[in-house]
Amino acid sequence: MNYVIIGNGTAAVGTIEGIRAVDRDGAITVISDEIYPVYGRPLISYLLLGKTTEDKMLHYRPADFYEKNGVKTMFGRTVTKIDPTAKTVLLEHGETVPYDKLCICTGSRPFVPPMEGLETVQNKTSFMTLDDAKRLNNMLGDQNDKRVLIIGAGLIGLKCAEGIYQRVGELTVIDLAPRILPNVLTEAPAAIIQKHIESKGVRFILGDSVTRFDSNTATLQSGGTIDFDVLVIAVGVRPNTELAADAGCDVNRGILIDDHSATTVPDIYAAGDCTVSHDIAANTDRILAILPNAYMQGETAGRNMAGSKMSFDKAIPMNASGFMGLHMITAGSYDGDTYLEQDEDHYKLLVTRNNHLVGFIMIGDVDRAGIYTSLIRERTPLDTIDFDLIREKPQLMAFSRAERAKKLGGAH
Amino acid sequence: MKRVYVNEKWCLGCHLCEYYCAFANSGKSSMVKALKDHKIAPRIRIEERNNISFAVNCRHCTDPLCVKGCISGALTIVDGAVQIDSDKCVGCYTCILSCPYGALSTSNEGAIQKCELCAKNEFGQPMCVQGCPNKAIVYEER
Repeated sequence: MNYVIIGNGTAAVGTIEGIRAVDRDGAITVISDEIYPVYGRPLISYLLLGKTTEDKMLHYRPADFYEKNGVKTMFGRTVTKIDPTAKTVLLEHGETVPYDKLCICTGSRPFVPPMEGLETVQNKTSFMTLDDAKRLNNMLGDQNDKRVLIIGAGLIGLKCAEGIYQRVGELTVIDLAPRILPNVLTEAPAAIIQKHIESKGVRFILGDSVTRFDSNTATLQSGGTIDFDVLVIAVGVRPNTELAADAGCDVNRGILIDDHSATTVPDIYAAGDCTVSHDIAANTDRILAILPNAYMQGETAGRNMAGSKMSFDKAIPMNASGFMGLHMITAGSYDGDTYLEQDEDHYKLLVTRNNHLVGFIMIGDVDRAGIYTSLIRERTPLDTIDFDLIREKPQLMAFSRAERAKKLGGAH
Repeated sequence: MKRVYVNEKWCLGCHLCEYYCAFANSGKSSMVKALKDHKIAPRIRIEERNNISFAVNCRHCTDPLCVKGCISGALTIVDGAVQIDSDKCVGCYTCILSCPYGALSTSNEGAIQKCELCAKNEFGQPMCVQGCPNKAIVYEER
């Protein structure tokens, strides 16, 4: 069997490990336009913060990962076309690579909305890749004096802010939405995080946008102007779906896959940020560009490509993030009956619907949050556990003795 | 593979497993030096309520969500056991978000901490089990 994987992020690693769990011998080729071995993309903010190093980042998997798994790597190469009839992928300069089973792990790319005068800005970058982080690092220099403007108060923009806030003269984050982290948090917890980040010297301009750039000056919709030295564009990401669409795979916002990570074209699979997931918490199809999801979809693709059967039908949005020492864990959907606990340092919201936990937000104390996540993923009926105890805190005490014997005692 | 299993009905709620865990992973030469006047942060934790108590530590899952979701590659499976490379861990807590047992915890050093079955300390065998006076936790194949 001849396996080909396009892309070299977490989804690709999941695919490789999934294939190798079933098939030790088939040839695997990974083609990626990046020159690096796989690294955890979310680490780039920690790199700028000094919590990791480039060397550690590039050891997301051990140095001998590709060799040990018998993977041929083609790094720094770009795939231009997939031919599903001939079962080949075409590279730039005309080279073709044949496949029996193909997995598309092309990820996503930064979305840069059209903004007047953007071309006049000299120091600008997105914030997605290791090269972006290196570029930003160079633009900041070592004088801690740069005025930085970040467009986008989502996870990428705010993690970027955390990565650089100690290394700048001034840091402003602007977003069209009226609150920070609009896709992850509701209003009240967003305000808690915002206040905390502001206390570290970051300025937010919300419900506003840049209408024009003139080299180092941004003019806002509201009329004001901001002068800056470095611009970071973190508005959002778009899945890389062109290769899949061109090959005949059904694509809407992302590549459509089933529970086996198979696309609509035979022998072509897809995994990670380029795909559409089924979010079981909200019971809706959406793009879930999160690392654990990419791994699970990749592993599922790999095992199925190698002839085994694996389904992944437990995708939910979920995020663990810290901002300047304040931790936050969120998962699922916030549509339902709510249970709120809040004091000075902590915020906890549980959301239930039809006898199930469907979502939660925890800020500050995030201890054992995975017990909540598991209730959502496993769709545990709440009348089978002690909901009063689970409301109080995540604890296995809330389960029946028999269930605990399974969880802790190895009973079946 | 041998794992730490819980016999809930035999747990006395004495917390000795927690003390032995904290000592075993302290690097100190005696329990007194490791524990006296210290707030301990063990990797095994007792849950207790009314007359029920039981210990919870890493299950060393064969299909660990924490390892799959780790953004830095700090969590890996070594000889069947889930280990943490504290030097690689950036403290994002995605594993805390993922673990269905609540078995990983934060530490003062920024990295997360978890049970490694005492494989990396000088004892080599789970000290919590050694310290349990009533066989409420055992280290065996099941």
